[in-house]
Formats: sequence, C-alpha cells, structure tokens
Amino acid sequence: MKELRTSFVLALAFSMIAVACGPSTSNQPTGSGQISSDPFVFLSTQFNTVTESEAVRKQILTGFTTANVDFVGSDIGPFNDRLIAEAKTAKGTIGVVGGQHGDFGGFSDLTIFEDLTPLATKLKDRGIAQEFLDLGKLGTNRQVYIPWMQATYIMGVNKQALQYLPSGVKEDNLTYTQLRDWCKNIADKTGQKRCGFPAGPKSLLHRLIQGYLYPAYTGGLVTTYKSSDAVKMWTDFKDLWQYVNPQSLQTDFMQEALLSGQVWVGFDHVARLVDAFKQKPNDFIGVPAPKGPKGLYYMSVLAGLGIPKSSPNKSGAEAFIDYMTQPDIQGKTLDAVAFFPVLDKPLPANLAPHLKIESDAVQAQSKSPDAKVALLPIGLGAKGGEFNKVQLDSFQRIIVKGEDIQKVLNEEGAILQQVMNDAKAPCWRPDPASTGPCQVK
Amino acid sequence: MAVGARRAAWSPAAMFRSEAALPLGLLAPTLIYLGLLILLPVAQAVTLSFQAADGSFGLDAYRKMWSDQAFAEAFRNTILLIVAIVPLQMVLALSMALLIHSRFPGHGAFLYIYALPLAISDLAAGIVWLAMFTDQGYLNTILQGLGLIKEPIAYLSYENLQWIFIAVVVAESWRATAIVLVILLAGLQLIPRDFFEAAEVFGANRIRRTLSVVLPMLRPSLQSALIIRTIFAFQVFGVVLALAGRQLPVLGYEAYDWYYNNRNEHIAAAFATLILVLTIAVTIVYMRLLRVRETEIAR
Repeated sequence: MKELRTSFVLALAFSMIAVACGPSTSNQPTGSGQISSDPFVFLSTQFNTVTESEAVRKQILTGFTTANVDFVGSDIGPFNDRLIAEAKTAKGTIGVVGGQHGDFGGFSDLTIFEDLTPLATKLKDRGIAQEFLDLGKLGTNRQVYIPWMQATYIMGVNKQALQYLPSGVKEDNLTYTQLRDWCKNIADKTGQKRCGFPAGPKSLLHRLIQGYLYPAYTGGLVTTYKSSDAVKMWTDFKDLWQYVNPQSLQTDFMQEALLSGQVWVGFDHVARLVDAFKQKPNDFIGVPAPKGPKGLYYMSVLAGLGIPKSSPNKSGAEAFIDYMTQPDIQGKTLDAVAFFPVLDKPLPANLAPHLKIESDAVQAQSKSPDAKVALLPIGLGAKGGEFNKVQLDSFQRIIVKGEDIQKVLNEEGAILQQVMNDAKAPCWRPDPASTGPCQVK
Repeated sequence: MAVGARRAAWSPAAMFRSEAALPLGLLAPTLIYLGLLILLPVAQAVTLSFQAADGSFGLDAYRKMWSDQAFAEAFRNTILLIVAIVPLQMVLALSMALLIHSRFPGHGAFLYIYALPLAISDLAAGIVWLAMFTDQGYLNTILQGLGLIKEPIAYLSYENLQWIFIAVVVAESWRATAIVLVILLAGLQLIPRDFFEAAEVFGANRIRRTLSVVLPMLRPSLQSALIIRTIFAFQVFGVVLALAGRQLPVLGYEAYDWYYNNRNEHIAAAFATLILVLTIAVTIVYMRLLRVRETEIAR
C-alpha cells in the first residue's frame, strides 16, 4: 500500500517537474506596446477570507480582460514562502502581488520585486498621493510597489451605547479618559463590559498600540517607549481595560462582536468593522479614534501592488496595476471590500450607507484640528514581526498579567533596541528623524 | 502491475534472487519516503535552529527561546495539558472500548457516533467548542433559557484561566478520544476468545477477567495508543488557538507564532526541535515502562 502510495507521489512529483520545466506556449518577452495575454496569479495578503475573495473576483477582476488573472488570498507566512520560492526560479506563476506596506517591508531582499519607477511615471496623471508613492519605495531608490488602496482604524458604536455617554462628553470628540468613563458607565448601568479592543491572535492590536495609543500619549513610539509618558499611557489603558469585554482577547475582527451585541463600542480597522455597518446600518455609527495628551494620532494603512521579477507576464502585470488604479476601479474596490482609494480625488456622493458611515468617521478623524498621522513601521525588513511582538508582549505582561509597568517597559525597551539595531532602522514619524538606528531613550 | 514492473527495472535478475535483496527492495519505498519527507526536513529544522540570521552557528535561537516571556508558561501549559488530557482519554477510551466489546445491542451505531470527531480537524473542533463557550454561545443561551443564570457567564475570559484550561481539556478529549478508542478496540478484538473461556472455566468474574486477561493482553495496544496520543498532545495547537487565543500559550503555538507572525524561522525551529526532543524522550519512557515481550508480539 505504502509502496503504491510512494510510486503515486513520485509520479506526481515527476509530472509536476515536467510541467514546470516544459516549454511554454508564449514565453517570449513582449516588445514595447505589446501586452501578453498569458494568465497569471494575483497573490494577496489582503482579502483572504472566502467572502472577500469572492467580492474581488466578481466585482473587481471581471473588468480586466487583457489576461486571465487568478486571485489567490493568502496568509502572510505562505505568502512569503511562495514568493521567496518563486524568486529562486526563472519564471514563477505569480504575476502580481498585493500586500500591506509592512508585508512588502517584511522581505529582507527587496530586489525580488521589479523596480516600478517607469510605471509610476506613466501613471502620474492618476493623482496617486505623493507621500504614498514615497512609502512605496520602502526607503530605497526603487519603486517596490504602486499604492493600491488605503484604510485606517475608527470606532464602531452601537446607538444603544450613546445614552450612557457621561454628561458633557461627545462621542465624536473623545479622549481616552472619557472613553474609559463611558465604558465604565455602560458596565455599571448594564452589568456587562461592552467596550472592545481586538486582541485575538490574528488581530491588529499592535497597530492600535503603535499608531494610536503611543503617539497620542508620548508623541513618539520607539524613542519614547519607556518614558514617563508611556507609563502614563499604560496606566490609563489598564484603567480602561477593567471595563473592556474580556473576550476581546479572543476577538480578531470587531465586527463580529458588534453584530452579536457582545460589544457596543469597538475599535478596529475599517475593513474589520464594515460588516457591522453593512448588515445593520441603522444600528451603528462610526466615530473617530480617541485623542490623548499629544493629540489625535491615527495610522494610515497603505496597501500596494508589486511585480515579482519571476512574474510570468510582466507586461500583463503592468496593465493590471494600471487597471487597478483607475478611478472607477478604485471606487469599485471601496464598494466591494471597504478599502479607500489612494487618489487625490473626492469620493463619489452616492455612497452606500455602510460606506457613508465609514467615510464620515474617517473624514472627521483626519480633519480634526489636532489630527496627526502616525506611519506604519518603515525599514524594519524581516524584523517587522519581532518589532510587533515587543508591543504585543508589553500588552500581555502589563494589561493581562498585571506586571509592573516600568519594569516591563525597561525590559521590552531593551529588546526593542536590539530589534532596531539588528534592522539598522532609523526613526520614522512621529519619532524625530535619526541618523543610524532609532534609539530608545 | 506497475509496481512489479518498477521492481524488475530496479533490480537485475541476479540481485532479485539473492536473499538480502528482497527485504531491502520491500523496505526501499518506505525508506525513501521516510528519508525524503521526514528525516530530511527534521535535519533541516534542527540545522536551522542552531543557525543565526547571518548563517553562523550557535545557540542564539535557543537563548532567545529560553528568555522569551511566554516560554516558561508555554512549556508548563503543554505539560499540564498532557497530564490532564492523556490519562482522561485513556480511561474514557478503555471504558468505551470494553463497553463496545461487550457487544450490547446498538454497539455498532454507538461506535460510529463516538468515532465521528475523528473526521474533524482540530481547528474546526476548536471553533465548534468556541461557539459553545463564548459569551453569547450555546451554553449560555441554554442556561439563560432554562432560567439558571441571569447574565451570560464569561467562560473564556483571561480572568478565569482555569475555565479556559477546562474548556481546552473538554474539547481535546472530545476530539481525540476516538483515535485511542479505535486502537484499543482493535487490540481487544485480537485477544483470542479461548482466553476468556479459560478464565470463565476457572471461575473468574468480569472484573477479574478484565484485570488478569484483558489489560495484560492489551498492553501492546495501550502502548501504541499512549505514544500516539502523547505525541499529538505535544503538538496541540488548533483547539487552543480557537478557544484561548494567546491566553494559554503552548509550545505548538509559539513555534507557529515565531514562524508566521514574528518571522524568525530560527526560533521557530528551536521550538520545533524542543517538541521533537520531548516527544522522543516520552516515547522512550513509555517503551521502557510498558515493555512488550517478544512472545506477546508473536501472539
């Protein structure tokens, strides 16, 4: 039996090698102006759930007729493995990759991607925001990705929670302390802890700490990691956490907790809230993130499209990126998956109700007088994961296990410094610019 | 047909006739399979664990693993889970196997129902139990419906780690007892009826027969079941991930976390190597404790 199975496996392996090495029908590089119609895979870390993948295939990809594009949503681990494996071959199957800024930054060797500077020049008229194009270079002089879509984090609020707002507090202009009072009021009056932060194993909690809490309290992230302002932040957050739904630690997407009624006030990425707004647009509103002593900091999440050097159809891939950045396709993307356009153009007036809720909150957030942008980590390369782990471990130790705040920050600060040294990464906004690795002070 | 043709091509007629060639030929596919798909990756993982990012060799990955804030807890939880789950499953599976072996009416249907979780992946099993234990889950809904509780109880809260632990033990026992049951039942069915008849002739009652005939004769099966179950228990992952998130760190999750989330394959490999070493150690202990004599194998 085992022998049969082995022979089957061997036969399968040989046939796969044969297919991989076999002659291709049209593998010739195409001349200028000539776009190949060879099919390719669009591998993406975004939209890897079944419903999102279906939305991408049916609403966005159908309009692209130049070549047959096979959308494959993937977790970050297999995404990396597959790209690195294909980079070792002359020609792979992946034509285009889509990922967040940090997903691209996770590759220690960025030369596995084509330099898209000529394509960026060609797409100049699209009006892609210059700061996004700069981010797409990841600190190099090559355009690693073309900006694709953007998002941020806001709070989804069940209208039932509004009656428990402390007097004089407005839901669209909260401080973290006022959020605490609100959550306490809800818990006291209803007997249930109904505020939520996503802190499950696949949540984006690290981004909330990096882009919201730290900058709002300390005006920085790395340089101020163990400062007295940071101690104040963790003290306040711990105080707030008493009134946070304990199942937050298993919650990856806040929309589920909002829809089940388990949570009334939930903080998360817009794409992880949108289902709540979509299914019950009359029950929920969106509000900006709270502000801290240093202002309302928010993180702008950017996703981009890149072309691996092993792409089986580079001209088709470029045509595909051209297609994905067209204004009407950007609008369709917003409609299908709730990620916002990267173009410097106003949104259409007739938005669907759930998108209206989101775009109102996003605009209120960015137009707030003390709003400032915190950037995603830059220049960490493959150390990005370990960088996130520092914040997640600090959270685990301080909030969940109740360890001494200053002691944890000193210890985790030392690990953070090691990560910055290993990555040789200079500071990024809101930390002041540095020469050499960013220093924890 | 294809297999025979392949063998003929591999071994010339003279070799085929020699005494040594036949067993080697029969073993070859298994050896190639084990070598390529098990031994080679294991060797690669172990090498990776002793390597640093710059390719130099050393114990850096192990030092980082050791000093990681979750390491001690993950190690402790994994051992505690094994201690809680494996004996429970052995007792449950043995009782069920004896019950089914007594061939009560409907025992066939009972076996199928009991073995059903075998077909479910561990993550899916975790999600099934999550739907049960979560705040607005089945358990709370039923208890509230019956008027036994007023507000939902937060079973899976980090404030009640013992509840999370119990939930994982329950879910794991539900999911993986069937495999032990199947092994033990197969072992039971191998015991010749003559032994029971002889014991009956000598006046042994049911308990005496179980203690003096069934358990000793079942030792090889018990050994295999224990080894398989403990190996899987060291790899426990999906159920814990679904029910506890990061609240109940275990070695399997840490290996995954270091590879996928923290993107450090060296420390992930160090965790994997540790799991391998522990598994081998426990297997050796079991084999010594439950040593099976040649005669029992020959039976």
